[in-house]
Amino acid sequence: MDNTHPRLRELKYTLYRIFRNPSAIIGFTLLVFFIGVAVLAPVLAPPKYAHNPYQMPHKGFSPTPKPPSEKAIFGTTSGQYDIYYGVVWGTRTAFKIGLFVVVISGLFGVGLGAVSGYYGGWLDEALMRVTDIMWAIPTLVLAMAIVVAFGRGLDKVMIALALIQWRWYVRVIRSEILTLRDQDFVQAARVMGVSDFKIIRRHILPNAIYPVLIMASMDMGSMVITASFMSFVGLGSPKGYADWGQMVALARNYIVGPPDDPLRFWYTIAIPGACIILFVLAWNLIGDALRDAFDPKLRRR
Amino acid sequence: MSTLLQLRGLQKHYPVRGGVFRHQVASVKALDGIDLDIHRGECLGLVGESGCGKTTTGKAIIRLHRPTGGKIIYHRGNGGAPVDIAGLPASALKRERIRGRLQMVFQDPTTSLNPRMLVKNIIAEPLREQSSMGSRELETRILELLSMVGLTKDHYLRYPHEFSGGQRQRIAVARAIATHPEFLVLDEPTSALDVSVQAQILNLLHTLREKLELTYLFVTHHLLVVKYISNRLAVMYLGKVVEIASTAVLFNRARHPYTHALLSGIPIPDTGRRSRRILLQGDVPSPLNPPTGCRFHTRCPFVIDRCRAEEPVLKTFSDGHRVACHRRDEMERLVRDRFGR
Amino acid sequence: MTPLIRTENLVTNFYTYEGVVRALNGVSLVVDHGTTFGLVGESGCGKSVAVRSMMRIIQEPGRVEGGRVVAFFDPRDKRRGIDLLQQSEAYMEHLRGDQISMIFQEPNAALNPIMSIGDQVAESFLFHKKKEMAAAVLAAMDRENGRPPWPLGAFQRALYARTAVSPRDPLVALTGRLPLVRRWQMRLRREALRRSVEIIGKLGIPNPEAVARLYPHNLSGGMKQRIVIAIALACSPLLLIADEATSNLDVTIQAQILDLLRHLKETEIASILLITHDLGVVAETCDRVGVMYAGNLCEVANVTDLFNAPRHPYTRALLEAVPRLHQDGPLRSIEGAVPNLVNPPAGCRFHPRCPEARAICRKHFPETVHLGGDHSVACYLYTDRPRGEGAA
Ligand SMILES: Nc1ncnc2c1ncn2[C@@H]1O[C@H](COP(=O)(O)OP(=O)(O)OP(=O)(O)O)[C@@H](O)[C@H]1O
Ligand SMILES: Nc1ncnc2c1ncn2[C@@H]1O[C@H](COP(=O)(O)OP(=O)(O)OP(=O)(O)O)[C@@H](O)[C@H]1O
Ligand code: SF4
Ligand code: SF4
Ligand SMILES: [Mg+2]
Ligand SMILES: [Mg+2]
Repeated sequence: MDNTHPRLRELKYTLYRIFRNPSAIIGFTLLVFFIGVAVLAPVLAPPKYAHNPYQMPHKGFSPTPKPPSEKAIFGTTSGQYDIYYGVVWGTRTAFKIGLFVVVISGLFGVGLGAVSGYYGGWLDEALMRVTDIMWAIPTLVLAMAIVVAFGRGLDKVMIALALIQWRWYVRVIRSEILTLRDQDFVQAARVMGVSDFKIIRRHILPNAIYPVLIMASMDMGSMVITASFMSFVGLGSPKGYADWGQMVALARNYIVGPPDDPLRFWYTIAIPGACIILFVLAWNLIGDALRDAFDPKLRRR
Repeated sequence: MSTLLQLRGLQKHYPVRGGVFRHQVASVKALDGIDLDIHRGECLGLVGESGCGKTTTGKAIIRLHRPTGGKIIYHRGNGGAPVDIAGLPASALKRERIRGRLQMVFQDPTTSLNPRMLVKNIIAEPLREQSSMGSRELETRILELLSMVGLTKDHYLRYPHEFSGGQRQRIAVARAIATHPEFLVLDEPTSALDVSVQAQILNLLHTLREKLELTYLFVTHHLLVVKYISNRLAVMYLGKVVEIASTAVLFNRARHPYTHALLSGIPIPDTGRRSRRILLQGDVPSPLNPPTGCRFHTRCPFVIDRCRAEEPVLKTFSDGHRVACHRRDEMERLVRDRFGR
Repeated sequence: MTPLIRTENLVTNFYTYEGVVRALNGVSLVVDHGTTFGLVGESGCGKSVAVRSMMRIIQEPGRVEGGRVVAFFDPRDKRRGIDLLQQSEAYMEHLRGDQISMIFQEPNAALNPIMSIGDQVAESFLFHKKKEMAAAVLAAMDRENGRPPWPLGAFQRALYARTAVSPRDPLVALTGRLPLVRRWQMRLRREALRRSVEIIGKLGIPNPEAVARLYPHNLSGGMKQRIVIAIALACSPLLLIADEATSNLDVTIQAQILDLLRHLKETEIASILLITHDLGVVAETCDRVGVMYAGNLCEVANVTDLFNAPRHPYTRALLEAVPRLHQDGPLRSIEGAVPNLVNPPAGCRFHPRCPEARAICRKHFPETVHLGGDHSVACYLYTDRPRGEGAA
C-alpha cells in the first residue's frame, strides 16, 4: 500500500477509470480545445468594438456570402459578418449558455430535490405535482412560450431554459435520495445526532451527485443546441451577435446554393454547424465516460 | 441489578398508503405492545423469525424512529430522574445528552459506513456532534478507539472499501462506542460476516461490554450466537414478546411452544444424538392482519379454543421467567408427550 | 461406494479487470451414489464456482481451465465415465435438466411470476417426462372402453403413440404448435398437472390442488423454495445440487426444508450435493463433507469423522469458531481475514492464518493424503510432499 494521502489515491483511481475510456480522451481533447479558443478569443480574433466584443464585425451589407479568402479565412456570411470571428467568440457564448443554464438549474433542482426527497411529506407531494404538470408540456414549446412572454434575446433564452431544465435535476436527485435516505449509514448518522442539513450535505449529496454530474455534462451540450434552435427561429440573440445558432440562422437562405452549384455557400452553414456538433459531442463523450467510470457495479471490491 | 430501560406497551404501526390521494389504507403492526425490561450491564438477546419486529424494536429504543404508542422509560446512569424518551423530539434528545448514550451497530458494515468518508471522519462524526473537542484531542480519542477495537494507526486514513468485512464491523463498533454510550443495540452484527471472523467480533463485543460497562440488546435470528453472548433472551413473534427468561432457563425449560419450535429447529454443528424436531406448519402470518387471540394459534401444535378468542398476556413465574401462553403451566409436559423432547 | 460424479483437479479462473481471480485451484472431489455430500466454506471460497464449473454454467469472465469432471450416470459405463468438460453444449443442456437438477438460494429467481405454480411444475414434467407421460396417457386411453369418434380419436392416439416412442419427433413438435390442432395434447397437460399436484403434495404442502392454482407472489419464501424443489425433482434426477437453498429462510422454515431434503434422500433421489456455509446444516444432513478454503478443498471426510476428529488446521479452527449448543469457554477466533483470490498467498493459502505453518507451507501447496477411513486432507502436517502438476 503506497503512502499517498487516500484522497489523492482515490482521485488518481477515478481519473484512471475515466481516462481508460477512449471516448473520454476524445471528449476532453475537444473540450480543452474549445476552452482554449474561448479563453484566447481576444487574441485569436481581436474585437473591433472594444465595448461589445460579441458584436461580429462586418464589412459591407451585401446579403450574398463571400467564400474564404485572405481577409476572412472562413469567409463571410450573409450581411458580410466574418465567420471566423463569429465562430471564435461564439465559443464563449456557447460556454456562457451552457454554464448558466446548467449551474442555475442544477443548483436549484438539486437543492429542491434533495430537500423534498429527504423530508418527503406534503412538500414532496406538492413539488411532484408541479413537476408533473411541467413534464406534460414539451420543452421547446415551454421555452418558446417563456421567451415570447419575456421578449426575445439570448439572456431571456438562457433564463427560460434554466426555468425548464431544473425539473430534470429534481427528478434525478430525488430518486437517488429516496434510495439513500434509508441506507444504514444515513440512519447511523441520525443515531449520532447529526442534523438533517449536515446529513444531506455530508452523507447524501456526495453519494447522489454522480448522476447529476453526468447529466450536467450532457446538458452542457444539449442546452447549446436548444439555444441555437431558438436563435434559428428568431427568438434568441439579435442579428450579428457572435452565437453559433445565430450564424446558422443568418445562413438560412444559403443552405442550398444556386441550382448549378448547390454547395457554393457550404462554409456559411458547415462551419458554425460543425462547431455546434463538436461541442455537443465533446460533452456527450465526457458524460458517457463519467457514466462508465461512476457505475457502482464496476467499483472495485 | 438495576433497570436501564423499561418498555411499556411499545407500539409501532407503519402506515400503508394507497389510493389516489395516498391516504392510509392499512397499517403494518410491526410492534404491537412490547413490554420488556432491560437491566443495566446485561446482554439481552432478541430472537424471532424474519419480519417479527426485532429491528423495529431496537430502532425504537434508541429513537431512530418515533414509536406510535407506549413508553420507553430511560433510567440514566448518572442518577438523573427517569425520562420517557418515546415521545421526545430529536432536539430534546440531543439537548438532554441522551443521544450519545444510546447507540447502534448495524447488520451490514458495507452499507452502514459512508463509502466516501475516511475512517478518521467516520469515527470523528459522533464526537464532533456530541462534544467540542480540539483537533489534537479528537485525534488521540480516535486512535484510542481504534486500538480498543483492534485496529491500528495504519487504518486511520483509509476508506471503508479498503477493509475486510470484519474490520469494517470493527470500525462501526468504534463509531458506536465513541460517545461513551451505556446502551448499544446490536442488529445482527455478525450475520454479514464470515464464520471465521464472526468469533472475532463476538469476542470483541464481549470484552467491550465488560470493559466499558455497556448494556446490549443483541438482535439476531442465530440462536447459537445469541446463546453464546447473552445472559437473557426475549423471543418475539409477530410484533409481540412471547417469552423472556435467562438464557440457561430458556434453553432448558422453555414454556412457549414457539420457543420450543425455534430451539428444536437450530441446525446443531455436532454429530451425535439428535432429538426430534418440532416442525411447524405454515408460515408467519402477515403483520398487516395478525390473527386474533394468540397470534401463534395458526401454527401452534397445542392450540385450544381459548387461544383463538383470547390473547394471552405475559405472566411472570417466580424466577423472572415470563411467558405469554394460555397453556404455559402444562407446556413442558405437552411438548414431552408429543415430541419427546 | 460407487461414484456418481467426480472432479479431478478442477481449475477455474475469472479474468476480471482487477486481475485474474483464481477461484478454483485444483479441486478434486467425489460424490457417491446415494449419499449427501456437503461442501462447506466461508463466503467467496469457491463453493458455487465449483458446482457451476461441474455443470459448465460459469458466467463470464470465468473459464474452466483445467481438470476433468467425470460422471458415471450410465450403470454400464461404470469404469470409464464421461468427461463432462469434453461434451457438447447440447449434451450438457440435456443433462442439466435430466440427470442433475440445481436449486439456488433465491427461489424468486427460479420462478416465473406470471405463471401459476401448477403450470410451472407441469412445464418441467412436460419438458423432461413427455415420453413416459405419453405412454401413461396411451395406457389410460386403452383402458377407457368407449371408442372415441373416428378421425380425431385415431389421430390423437397416433400422436400419443409417436410421442411415447420419441418425444422429440418433428411431427409431434409441429402439431404441438399449430393452433387448434395442438389441443390433442390436452390429456398430456392434464397428466402433467396431475403429477405436479402429486409432487407438490409429497413435498409437504397442504392442499396441493389449491396451491397449484396460486402464483408465486401468493406464497412465502419457504413455500416457494419447496416449489423450486418440486420443479427440480420433476425429472427424477440422479443428483440434486442445492446451493445455499436454505440460507435465506427462517429457522423454523429452514427446519422444514432440511427435513424435506433428508426425507427425499431416503426416498427419491440418488444423491445430493449440498452447498452451505452453516456447519449445523452439514452436521444434520450430510454423509460426507468437503471443507473449502480460498479455492482449495482442504479436507474431505465422513461427517462424524470431520466433526469429531478434524485433521486440517482450518477445519479445526472453523469448528472452534462456531458457537456450539453446549459451548463452554470463549470461542476461538481465527485471526486475520479470508484472502483475496486475485493475489492469493503462495503455497498453502491458509498459511498466513495457520498456527502450525512451517517454511514449506509458504512455498508449495501440499499434496492430498488419504488417512484411511475415507478421510483425505491437504496439509503438511500429514505429508512432506508438495502437490504435483496444477499446483500454484
Ligand atoms: N419503513 C417501513 N415501512 C413499512 N413497514 C415496515 C418498515 N420497516 C419495517 N416494516 C415492517 O415491519 C415488520 C417488522 O420489521 P423488522 O425489520 O423489525 O423485522 P425483523 O424482525 O428485524 O426482521 P429481519 O430478521 O428480517 O431483520 C415487517 O413486517 C416489515 O415489513
Ligand atoms: N462472475 C464473477 N466474476 C469475477 N469473480 C467471480 C465471479 N463469480 C465468482 N467470482 C469469484 O470467485 C470466488 C468464489 O466465488 P463463489 O461464488 O464460488 O463463492 P462461494 O463460496 O459460493 O461464496 P458464497 O458463500 O458467498 O456463495 C470469489 O472470490 C469471487 O470473487
Ligand atoms: S396461547 Fe394457545 S395458541 Fe398461543 S401459544 Fe399458547 S397454546 Fe399455542
Ligand atoms: S499446509 Fe501448512 S499452512 Fe497449510 S494448513 Fe497445513 S500446516 Fe497450515
Ligand atoms: Mg432486522
Ligand atoms: Mg455461493
